[in-house]
Amino acid sequence: MSNTQTLDRAAQAMALVDYRDTANLKQLPTRNGFGEGLLEAAQANRNVIGICADLSESTRFEALKKALPEQYLEIGVAEQMLVAMAGGLAAVGKIPWIASYAMFNPGRSWEQVRTIMALNQTNVKIAGAHAGVSVGPDGATHQAIEDIAIMRVIPHMFVVVPCDSVQTKKATLALSQTFGPTYLRFAREKSAIVTSEATPFEIGKAQVFREGTDVAIVACGILVYNALMAADKLSRERGIECRVVNNHTVKPMDEAAILDAAKTCGAVVTVEEHQIHGGMGSRVAEILSAQHPTPIEFIGVNDRFGQSGDPVELIEYYGMGSAAIEAAVLRAHARKRA
Amino acid sequence: MARFFGARFMTAREGPRGATWYNAGMQTLTPQRLRELDLKATDVREGIIRALLAAGSGHSAGSLDMADIFTALYGHVMRNRPEEPSWPQRDRLLLSCGHIAPVRYSAMANFGYFPVEELLTLRKFGTRLQGHPERVTLPSVETTSGPLGEGLAQGVGMAQAAKMDGADFRVYVVTSDAEHQCGLHWEAMMTAAKFKLDNLLCIIDRNFIQIDGSTEEIMPLEPLADKYRAFNWEVFECDGHDIAAFVATVERAHAVKGKPQVIIAKTIPGKGVSYMEGDYTWHGKPPNAEQAKTALAELAATRERILAHV
Repeated sequence: MSNTQTLDRAAQAMALVDYRDTANLKQLPTRNGFGEGLLEAAQANRNVIGICADLSESTRFEALKKALPEQYLEIGVAEQMLVAMAGGLAAVGKIPWIASYAMFNPGRSWEQVRTIMALNQTNVKIAGAHAGVSVGPDGATHQAIEDIAIMRVIPHMFVVVPCDSVQTKKATLALSQTFGPTYLRFAREKSAIVTSEATPFEIGKAQVFREGTDVAIVACGILVYNALMAADKLSRERGIECRVVNNHTVKPMDEAAILDAAKTCGAVVTVEEHQIHGGMGSRVAEILSAQHPTPIEFIGVNDRFGQSGDPVELIEYYGMGSAAIEAAVLRAHARKRA
Repeated sequence: MARFFGARFMTAREGPRGATWYNAGMQTLTPQRLRELDLKATDVREGIIRALLAAGSGHSAGSLDMADIFTALYGHVMRNRPEEPSWPQRDRLLLSCGHIAPVRYSAMANFGYFPVEELLTLRKFGTRLQGHPERVTLPSVETTSGPLGEGLAQGVGMAQAAKMDGADFRVYVVTSDAEHQCGLHWEAMMTAAKFKLDNLLCIIDRNFIQIDGSTEEIMPLEPLADKYRAFNWEVFECDGHDIAAFVATVERAHAVKGKPQVIIAKTIPGKGVSYMEGDYTWHGKPPNAEQAKTALAELAATRERILAHV
């Protein structure tokens, strides 16, 4: 049953939908939000353009292509070209959004990203589609699970991983208005929409989606939903109250929010659809080990590649389902007591 | 500093060949003006030698062999304002092969973008003249370069932006020959033709050398002109050390409509310094003090020859 009145105060303050109501929960791919946000940004500013590398349907460029063809360029299967050409366009005042699968851009184009976008400080925006093992049947070649690591290590780069399609739209609009090289990451499969139109969004400001003082779950991307479900179950079945933080901006990370969560809860679980090594959780660990050493458990892919399969099946297999998060919370909780 | 550079360097910015004289772009190339440019190219080469000597590292051969073309570009071909480097209407010049930055820096200094003394800071801590050029530190270098094969792709973006905005600036991209071994350059060639970027001119420093030896032994590029034609480019070839011939070729290229153009400029690596000419081992090293002295003496003699030839 759907009843936002029974959600905790933090969720109400964030205007979340009742994510516990699985029967009525809307599901859409996060990439849809990119397509909608890009069209709106391009309608508002003619300098906002899209450049496509032969994946207009997959990356949701179609709406822009149809409505504003003069603000849309197609350059074929050439991801290094995508970044370099966008750098040239940005140098003359355009705000180019370039989209491909994350595995190819920034996967294939990393040096161009570093030199032409970041060292050059150009206003190029990358939309990395099909990130994570939840890409599913296409298999490991198309499942980017290293992209956060290779992007967050680059100076000047914004790295944003929104939690659902509604937030992806807001992020696309906000990033279109923020000068600087940017990486926006999203996924292929439809996933639960936990935020609403009324949910605030600000780049660099993490959001508390659920209040709690026992363990903090710091999550990003589509797994924020799994984190919320795990927290709900732990509350009902074990009386463990988790704070759930939607840590959508991996860079620059909201250090105050991370420190507050660690100080309040005394134990942290990070959750991301990415290699544990070098990802969002690694940044959380860097912050906490330097400023407030705290037990941390990491949910993510553990130094392996993905494979073909059903998205949900793969999320479970690689240890990122709700049950795995619950187990990690219990481990973190135990370490806190020790 | 003044003594080190000599009087000619110190006056190069203020004299009758000051900034405003040069920045209109593609006026008539009179014999008088051509002579001025030939002298200027010698100044540019001197600047390269002094900068490389001071730096103690850097790339000599390609820098020297592009001195005539950079002089022609800054001094005659391009619409630019040295006193206002970020002027929005300026023609854009991208140096794709960033390692020959000394020639660009020396040309900029000698055409009044910054004091020639600053050339001595090349590659030193805190300098604007980074070992490979950086857009953020030095206005109007247009992009950060050094990783090869990326300049044309960015030039394509700038030329396309000009088309989209109805802006009339031109985009010039200087590339080395060896960086045609990079795949991205060919992606850029395809894209430039697709978008019919006739406001884009690529200039190839065809000196036939790279770090490990001859381009044709390392990874053959020929028939280079045919490859460009097959990619739907308009192709021109010229002597990269004949400023008049180069300017005439640029004029023919500018007349092309609906296609990007390339000038394959035949150059002699190390041009202007006898012991470097044609020797690939000078690709990536600077002269020592003794060698620099010899080089500067040769360049002084070149200047005297130009001055004597009325």
